[in-house]
Amino acid sequence: MILSGKAIKFGDNIDTDVILPGKYLVLTDPQELGKHAMEGISRDFVTKSSKGSILVAGENFGQGSSREQAPVALKGAGVKCVLAESFARIFYRNAFNIGLPVLECPGIKSKVEEGDEISIDLEQGKINDATKGLSMTANPIPDFLLAILRDGGIIENLRRKSAHGT
Amino acid sequence: MNIFEKILARASGRPETKPGDIVDARIDVAMIHDLTGPMTVQSWNKIGLAKVWDPSRIVVIFDHLVPPSTEQAAKVQNEVRKFVAEQGIPNFYEMGRGGVCHQVMPEKGHVRPGELIVGADSHTVTYGAFGAFATGIGSTEMAAVFATGKLWFRVPKAIKIQARGTLGEFVMGKDLVLDVIGKLGISGANYRGLEFTGEAVDRMSIDGRMTLCNMSIEAGAKAGIVLPDHRTINYLQGRAKASFTPIVSDQGAAYERELVLDAAALGPQVALPSSLEQIRPVEEVVGTKVDQGFVGSCTNGRIEDYRVAARILRGKKIGRNVRLIITPASQEVYRQCLREGLLETFIESNAIVTNPGCGSCIGIHLGVLGPGDVCISSSNRNFIGRMGSVEAKIFLASPATVAASMLRGEITDPRTVS
Repeated sequence: MILSGKAIKFGDNIDTDVILPGKYLVLTDPQELGKHAMEGISRDFVTKSSKGSILVAGENFGQGSSREQAPVALKGAGVKCVLAESFARIFYRNAFNIGLPVLECPGIKSKVEEGDEISIDLEQGKINDATKGLSMTANPIPDFLLAILRDGGIIENLRRKSAHGT
Repeated sequence: MNIFEKILARASGRPETKPGDIVDARIDVAMIHDLTGPMTVQSWNKIGLAKVWDPSRIVVIFDHLVPPSTEQAAKVQNEVRKFVAEQGIPNFYEMGRGGVCHQVMPEKGHVRPGELIVGADSHTVTYGAFGAFATGIGSTEMAAVFATGKLWFRVPKAIKIQARGTLGEFVMGKDLVLDVIGKLGISGANYRGLEFTGEAVDRMSIDGRMTLCNMSIEAGAKAGIVLPDHRTINYLQGRAKASFTPIVSDQGAAYERELVLDAAALGPQVALPSSLEQIRPVEEVVGTKVDQGFVGSCTNGRIEDYRVAARILRGKKIGRNVRLIITPASQEVYRQCLREGLLETFIESNAIVTNPGCGSCIGIHLGVLGPGDVCISSSNRNFIGRMGSVEAKIFLASPATVAASMLRGEITDPRTVS
């Protein structure tokens, strides 16, 4: 799986309340949720991300509430992949489960800048910043999580497994 | 092995586990509520199975938007009610029958020592107060649990918190856990288990222990645990809906690190807006003007919390320019407050008492903050926009500190009043 897009950058400890404020939790449609992504911290994120983006962040991305609507909103807003120094654990699991690729990439915060052209090889964990002419390596994703991503999320993964009787 | 390793070993049918192992574990209890449940039901419907793995192990609780404040909220609640009826889920706590999920789960006996519990809510870690390994997951992952009854876990490293000595008057479990978060940092326990030990924890009430475990997620923890003891067993007597075998850490179990605290020297703590990165002794912010106070939530909406708040407010009026919102965590707590005359104290002091539920902690109803508002809250998160406007400010503190701060409408050390 190769993903590419322009980087949109945030800092450390971005919490799920700013990724998707509580007042939108009653929404269930990904496109509707996407209209409010990052609303707690950025007014122009949705416009910037509309043609597809790579979200780059610092430590502990997605801390706080278990709301799955947070990664769903990012995906709905056109985010193809989140690259961060580290993730909060529930956000990390949720992202795979709903089919949003996320990679832990130590050192990325100081290397990539807003607007850089990024491409990612998920299986290899290779990240290329064409603007800077840099390549980086992400921490590996366990195979069973890669399989969930390939299927598009845990529901599709379960359906495929039950169809094959495994 | 420590308690985290032992519970995951039991649940995955292995003789032992160690940090870093990935295990497929059987889930004892799975909980959803009215804000994460609708998405679980949607995902469940996509799986296409007829029946959940075990309806008796699923608990459904309405707490976030009760009574529903919008048509959309009412609609999604109906979708969950339909799912409950179709699947024949016996443990459904409709509004008026329960309250905040994390209070209702132990009150109604759905949490037992040694169990592995998942909830579609980050504060599921609260149940660690009863010696269970409990953690939050997302809605879709919960649908997968409903299908299989199992889930993968990476066995966490563990940090042992040792609170020596006993807490002073008007110093609460909340102050202790704020101090712990301040010392570990907001990601200091990421992917880790926190085991709370020491004299201060041994002597702490179940209510206080629930506050400790509840806020372990604010340091990023996968689970927070207090080893079960006589207080745990006493609490569960007459409540537990199933028999249980307590599990405790072995002598000489391994921990990544230990953090030793002097509970006796600890005073009230306050988290400054707008994260839990800045925790300060109350003395440093005394005199800061506030517009609103909130005593409630899964963190501090229990009987002990209202007893201390009422003790501070009894016979007094709150300041002319402040508003105080009291939201008991459950019907049981609400009824107990009523019996003890605490509600009358609050009403006489000019506070507003709402129905049980998550209340203003989630920033959608029952006391949403406007731009420029400053709130001091007994809840767990002060993120930007958490309780309403992104231009509001939230200080987090114990119920004692919140109540004391209402008297003059400024942050006040509870040890200096009454």
